[in-house]
Amino acid sequence: MTPDIPPALLADQFTLRRRPPSEKLVDLGFRQLTLCLASVVALLLLGIFFTVLHGSEEAFHNFGLRFLTTSSWDPVNEQYGALVAIYGTLVSSLLALVIAVPLGLGTAIFITEDLIPLSLREAIGLMVELLAAIPSVVLGLWAIFVMEPAIRPVLDLLNQLLGWTPFFNTVPQGPGMAPAILILVVMVLPIITAISRDALNQVPPELRQGAYGVGTTRWGAIFSVILPSAVSAITGGVMLALGRAMGETMAVTMIIGNSLNFNLSLLSPGNTIASMLANQFGEADGIQVSALMYAALILMVLTFAVNVFAQWIVRRLSLRY
Amino acid sequence: MSTPSYLNLSSDQLFDRRPLTRDPSLRRNRINQLFTLIAGIFASIAVLPLFLVLVYVLIQGGKLISLGLFTQLPPAPGLTGGGIGNAIVGTILVSAIASLLAIPVGVGGGIYLCEYANRGWFAQFIRFGNDVLAGVPSIICGVFVYGAIVATRVFFDQSYSAAAGGIALAVLMLPTVIKTTDEGLKLVPQELRWGAYGIGASKFVTIMRVTLPAAFTPIATGIVLAIARAAGETAPLIFTALFSSFWPEGVFNPIASMSVLIFNFAIMPYEAQNSLAWAASFVLVMMILAANLLARWLSRIARS
Amino acid sequence: MTTSLQEQMSSRTAQAGTCMSLQDVTISYGKFEAVKNVFMDIPCGKVTAFIGPSGCGKSTVLRALNRMNDLIPGCGLKGRVVFDGYDLYDKRIDPVEVRRRIGMVFQKPNPFPKTIYENIAFGARINGYKGDMDELVERSLRKAAVWDECKDKLKQSGLALSGGQQQRLCIARAIATEPEVILMDEPCSALDPISTLKIEETMHELKRSYTIIIVTHNMQQAVRVSDMTAFFNAEAVEGGTGKVGYLVEYNDTEQIFNAPGQKATQDYVSGRFG
Repeated sequence: MTPDIPPALLADQFTLRRRPPSEKLVDLGFRQLTLCLASVVALLLLGIFFTVLHGSEEAFHNFGLRFLTTSSWDPVNEQYGALVAIYGTLVSSLLALVIAVPLGLGTAIFITEDLIPLSLREAIGLMVELLAAIPSVVLGLWAIFVMEPAIRPVLDLLNQLLGWTPFFNTVPQGPGMAPAILILVVMVLPIITAISRDALNQVPPELRQGAYGVGTTRWGAIFSVILPSAVSAITGGVMLALGRAMGETMAVTMIIGNSLNFNLSLLSPGNTIASMLANQFGEADGIQVSALMYAALILMVLTFAVNVFAQWIVRRLSLRY
Repeated sequence: MSTPSYLNLSSDQLFDRRPLTRDPSLRRNRINQLFTLIAGIFASIAVLPLFLVLVYVLIQGGKLISLGLFTQLPPAPGLTGGGIGNAIVGTILVSAIASLLAIPVGVGGGIYLCEYANRGWFAQFIRFGNDVLAGVPSIICGVFVYGAIVATRVFFDQSYSAAAGGIALAVLMLPTVIKTTDEGLKLVPQELRWGAYGIGASKFVTIMRVTLPAAFTPIATGIVLAIARAAGETAPLIFTALFSSFWPEGVFNPIASMSVLIFNFAIMPYEAQNSLAWAASFVLVMMILAANLLARWLSRIARS
Repeated sequence: MTTSLQEQMSSRTAQAGTCMSLQDVTISYGKFEAVKNVFMDIPCGKVTAFIGPSGCGKSTVLRALNRMNDLIPGCGLKGRVVFDGYDLYDKRIDPVEVRRRIGMVFQKPNPFPKTIYENIAFGARINGYKGDMDELVERSLRKAAVWDECKDKLKQSGLALSGGQQQRLCIARAIATEPEVILMDEPCSALDPISTLKIEETMHELKRSYTIIIVTHNMQQAVRVSDMTAFFNAEAVEGGTGKVGYLVEYNDTEQIFNAPGQKATQDYVSGRFG
């Protein structure tokens, strides 16, 4: 801008040849600030854990480990056991996965393996992702008014055909375990599909070519080479979905029936830890709050174990490839 | 040395040799078609719920859309008419509180992870903790905030409040914001940082003026998605923000939200309430889908 | 039905000793032509090398010979590739069958994440092998000159081998299915000189029983292993932005390297460009 000034004078135009202390202070301060913000994660985790642990202390003293194996939930006599909810949590999430894993994996294969045109594959992928964005409570509403009445005839048929087994021996009457499982399938399907799709996309193209090069068919390559290479990542995704299914609250609460009685039948109302919390926590007091906290602690431990296992699997995979 | 037995057979005898032409009746081709068909059916089943949910939300909720829906309060049980105005305001208010808390903390934490502590044990520990926090069921976030804030009445002796609901949603949003910031910053080419250091910029200036703006789009995308998800969450709000049939009375009082309204009204035996639940679903789903499409559009312009 | 197709084509490949015949082959990715107008007769039982600068389409042509390009979306071929009396790009042809008869070794060693034994047995099994599997595994590994290194660890993962061993395992995998032709796409580009030498020795052994077509960047390698050499080059498209590859010259390797007919070939083999 001022080309006529001799170099000696030009140097004088810079007022900040040396860093002022304030700049160093800002640098250091910013570092410490972000460190504190990052630590919030650890504090929150500890806070959640100790809040729930502290809250459940009283119930733990009163009921001990019997809480896990008894099924009476009796606020009048102050006797609490979470067996119904624990059983419901495990059964609903595991059965939901049994249905959702083949569906999600099949969908993921369908949209990664060049079986249909790319634009169609992208459209299906987008729709599955949007399904994940629908709020749980809206799915619950839909389940109550649309899905449950629609599948009732199927459930009736199951009751007639398989009524001799303890799993289908009650007449379906609205809310119950079976519709809750189906809505859970809808909720975990996008996770399984998305993670399986990423896992399949990460299989090195050389492996695919190698398989086709020795003369496999498309599905031969998928079953013998592509799926085995992606199996760890897919398993990790399935475990993440399991964690999500166990903790899923709203849609399940709205359709599972929230029964406090133990019943093996999938056609009868059931309960999960999460839905019990959603239903009772607001109105509970005294030792019931503590019992609910105890149940929350069990749910936390379950989801924590499943999530850590999932991360361990995924991490082990990333070392191998 | 005896002659190995394979020398007695030509490769044509040892292998199936067929003409090069395609034979659709071949077992492997039939199996192939069968599996493609199965995968296609599975994919159709996977997208079916989205269609069905959208169709019902559009039909059942769309027919109630009117100005009154946005400006009126819900009716008392047994009465008809009314709107969900307070719930819409409440959802916006609670999500705004959550964003105000989670975005600065999350972006700051993400900056620390990526820019200051990239590979140290502390960063690995925080990343692990962040993944664990992301896996904590949303209802547990509600229980936590209930135990820490509602039951202890820390806010001016108020129990249930919009602020408590906002904090619960913030806990839920935080892992997403940290993760997208961390990964967004990782995508910024190292040369860009070196360039800034090379002209004598301090680390703070580099991050604020160079690195963070370069990673703006992926971070913004992640934040939009996190807000959209939080706006639809119900479980953390049921016993933190609770519900209210009236217009919001400040951040330290119970507040209505669309998601809790859907939950409460869906299980009521009154038709008017049920239809308002559908209408609220319509508004909520439209907002969330719009946010998702916005995020998708953001990331698309970033890629081109 | 199938015979009529065969009869129709057989007159064209009647010349003795022609294994594959490319007739006016043009390959394009989407709208862009990668290689155009290739005419070439590849002889049986010999090693044919494709050489040329990067982007001249030699790998593309190689991959067209067993329809590996089918896996690339938008890749299309005009013209004919005749093998065993069939046009490989006829609608009625099954690409899976083609790849069973024309094996391939890739640029990067790509053993399956299975045991060494299974890497070999897998291809044979899907090709309906009826003989003794142990015997086939040993024979294939011996032919690929990697038996001594893996005979004690057949149950270990193929990924546990070194790069050069992995590539020879991939060669063993390709020959285990007894193909008639083996395509090799720069099989030594990811390997050290000693492994390269071993693979070249393997190729000398293999050409007794197979027709081999190899793409190589390394001209010494072409001289060492091949009987015939095809030189590809690329030229700018008029009015376009990309380059399109074409076949410059195809002859005995001796001729190509000692008395090339084209100036471009002369420049390339003498190292003046590329």
